[in-house]
Amino acid sequence: MLSCRDVTRLISESMDHSLPLGKRIGMRIHLLMCKFCARYERQLLLIRDTARRLGAIGPEPGLFARETLSEEARERIKKSL
Amino acid sequence: MDRYGDYLFRYAMLRLRDRSAAEDLVQETFLAALRGRSSFSGGSTEATWLVGILKHKIADHFRRQSREVSLPDGDPTSKPEDDPFNVAGRWGTGPTDWGGNPADLFRQKEFLDHFMECLSRLSPNHANAFTLREIEGADSDEICKILNVSETNLWVILHRARMSLRRCLESRWFDRSRKEGS
Repeated sequence: MLSCRDVTRLISESMDHSLPLGKRIGMRIHLLMCKFCARYERQLLLIRDTARRLGAIGPEPGLFARETLSEEARERIKKSL
Repeated sequence: MDRYGDYLFRYAMLRLRDRSAAEDLVQETFLAALRGRSSFSGGSTEATWLVGILKHKIADHFRRQSREVSLPDGDPTSKPEDDPFNVAGRWGTGPTDWGGNPADLFRQKEFLDHFMECLSRLSPNHANAFTLREIEGADSDEICKILNVSETNLWVILHRARMSLRRCLESRWFDRSRKEGS
């Protein structure tokens, strides 16, 4: 019987490689019965989704418009070029 | 430089979480671009080309960092100090219900700030592994090479990183917004 400790580890691993069938089934059965682990999985997926979207941000500054090179760094880089 | 400086800076800052390192890599990127001008084929946009150079610089930076910090990080037998499980391996205090509509979160700058703040609280190798895997979307092979760890080691590192990040977000954002809402 898998414990919550085991299952949280498997949830994370399943995000990085495909688990052997036995482990996958064990994990899924546990998730059907355990509210906390099921919640944990949803939250990790939300974290993954947030990280991916952050990674996909393009040249448009959007929400991050205030994060710019400092004047000093800008001058330094210009001088070096 | 005026056109792409801030974009490259934001790109680097998101991955390095360190202003002066990000500024240095932006500078190196422009210098490398200047030297390699002739190799720019026009097959991609200028922005993509510059980001490609910056990506390599970031990987080099992570590589250096992984050599500098000696870490018992990925030891699978050691338990993290803030272990959330009891002796039977069940949740002590389980994850709380985050509620609301998760899709809206991405539009809230404050949530993203907390996300980045929580990420920078991880040890550098945990944060770098997470960044490569989830922000960059790199696969295990590539990450193992950059961070010089085995695959099993990497899975342990990522598991710990996700667990700490989740807990940090819960205490800094979700618990707080629940209190404000009630």
